[in-house]
Amino acid sequence: MNVNRFSELVDISEKTGEPLDRVVLHWEMLDSGKSPKEIMEKTSELLHVMEEEYESHKGKTFKTLVGLTGSNSKKMYEYLPHAFIGEKVFTAATIAVLMAENNASMGRTVACPTGGSSGVMPGVLLTLEKSGIERDKLVSGLIVAGAIGKIISVHASLSGAQSGCQAEIGSGTAMAAGAAVHATGGTPRQVSNAAALSLKSLMGLVCDPVGGFVEVPCVKRNASGAVLALMFSDVAKAGVESVIPFDEVVDAMAKVGIAMPESLRETGKGGIADTPTAQKIAKEFSKKFKL
Amino acid sequence: MPSILEIIGPSMIGPSSSHTLGAMRISKFAYNLDGGTPQDVIFYLHGSFQETYIGHGTWLALIAGLCGITTDDSRVAHADKIAKTLGMKYEFKPVDLGEVHPNTVKIFTTKNGEHHEIIGSSVGGGRIKIISIDSLRCQLDGEYPTLVVENSDVPGALEIIIKTISFSDVNIARLELNRESRYLKRANAVIELDSEPSDSVLNALRHLEVVKSLMYAKAIF
Ligand code: SF4
Repeated sequence: MNVNRFSELVDISEKTGEPLDRVVLHWEMLDSGKSPKEIMEKTSELLHVMEEEYESHKGKTFKTLVGLTGSNSKKMYEYLPHAFIGEKVFTAATIAVLMAENNASMGRTVACPTGGSSGVMPGVLLTLEKSGIERDKLVSGLIVAGAIGKIISVHASLSGAQSGCQAEIGSGTAMAAGAAVHATGGTPRQVSNAAALSLKSLMGLVCDPVGGFVEVPCVKRNASGAVLALMFSDVAKAGVESVIPFDEVVDAMAKVGIAMPESLRETGKGGIADTPTAQKIAKEFSKKFKL
Repeated sequence: MPSILEIIGPSMIGPSSSHTLGAMRISKFAYNLDGGTPQDVIFYLHGSFQETYIGHGTWLALIAGLCGITTDDSRVAHADKIAKTLGMKYEFKPVDLGEVHPNTVKIFTTKNGEHHEIIGSSVGGGRIKIISIDSLRCQLDGEYPTLVVENSDVPGALEIIIKTISFSDVNIARLELNRESRYLKRANAVIELDSEPSDSVLNALRHLEVVKSLMYAKAIF
């Protein structure tokens, strides 16, 4: 089974009637030699880490390394009853920010797909869990997300330093959207559409962390990723298709990444990192800790 | 291709896989090679490690690895205090190591009067490359149990070493040879194994006449 493209996984699933997560598990078994059972167990453990970290930190403030964020998830947690956009969507945003703030304060995190973007997936999955989606559905959604990310990592990249934030928050959002579709009973085609629509929306997003540190804009970008993922999951399940297929969107993202100047790839030299306020913050911080 | 578990994971301590997870794995390698926490350590930071070691928590990750803390243990954030209770003194210094990856650290340890020095780079996504052990060049990712052997450069030396290892049913995954000095008839072998060798194999190797010295590091995962 020499799978190279996401469309092949979708095709196999459609032709055989095997659920997409099973197809991914078989692919993974042939590729890495790990049994489906082992992968499912390890995936479940990763979900467990997300659950635990959320439960032990909700409503709390964080002391982050640089101190540019840390109380935002608490503020959002308290505002929840007033949220105009609705409880579920605002919960997803809140959890995403919480997990990202936890990451920025050296908390335990699941790099799904990276530390900087580690809030998107739990934002989506834990919101689904709160809404009554069974846990094993979430695990299978996470497995499907793994396939989406793996295809991106093979044909493009998951690293902000290589391809900008489109590769981190962008990929994380595509993965979370696909996971949401699959976990809530959508078809493989809808998974692929949700992933494509997400990645297209974040195409070209630059990596511009203030001072080079994973706090600003990273933490709040996780909220936008989680909300976007849930939205496109519904859009795809409504039957809306991405005109450009997912695999082609991935290739386009790779090219955009190559075209991106170095200043916009995690160097802390472009984008919002290049604003007067950011420069001031960076200067003060590095003065404090000169080696 | 990477495993999907590496894509949706691993579980680690934030904020950044290359600045915390990778840093911690490099120092975990030093920990394994030394056989535990040293009394003194100097971390020489190169390139971007130098500029961001506080803001990315790299300094705590480096200390944590040498305290033997696992990669997703939340105590990493207090590794400085743990080092104190373990009696490990540490120091950070800037260094220019030349043409190496920007995220590179040289770790100089002292334990019971013995010194070791390893150089490692965090090359992205938490993956590492150990590029030097006690001035001996290598290319290790820490995934395999590793033997570093200094042997006499005489015909058949390597054969005896390999036979001793294979005799105990341990498979050799990769082998790298360097000649130190043709004049002194000294050579080095860095041997990565598929599984952990038993103490008796390590002892047998140490007692071989062709083996001048031997270091062993468990896999870091
Ligand atoms: S801005 Fe850069 S460091 Fe921050 S989340 Fe995006 S890719 Fe990661």
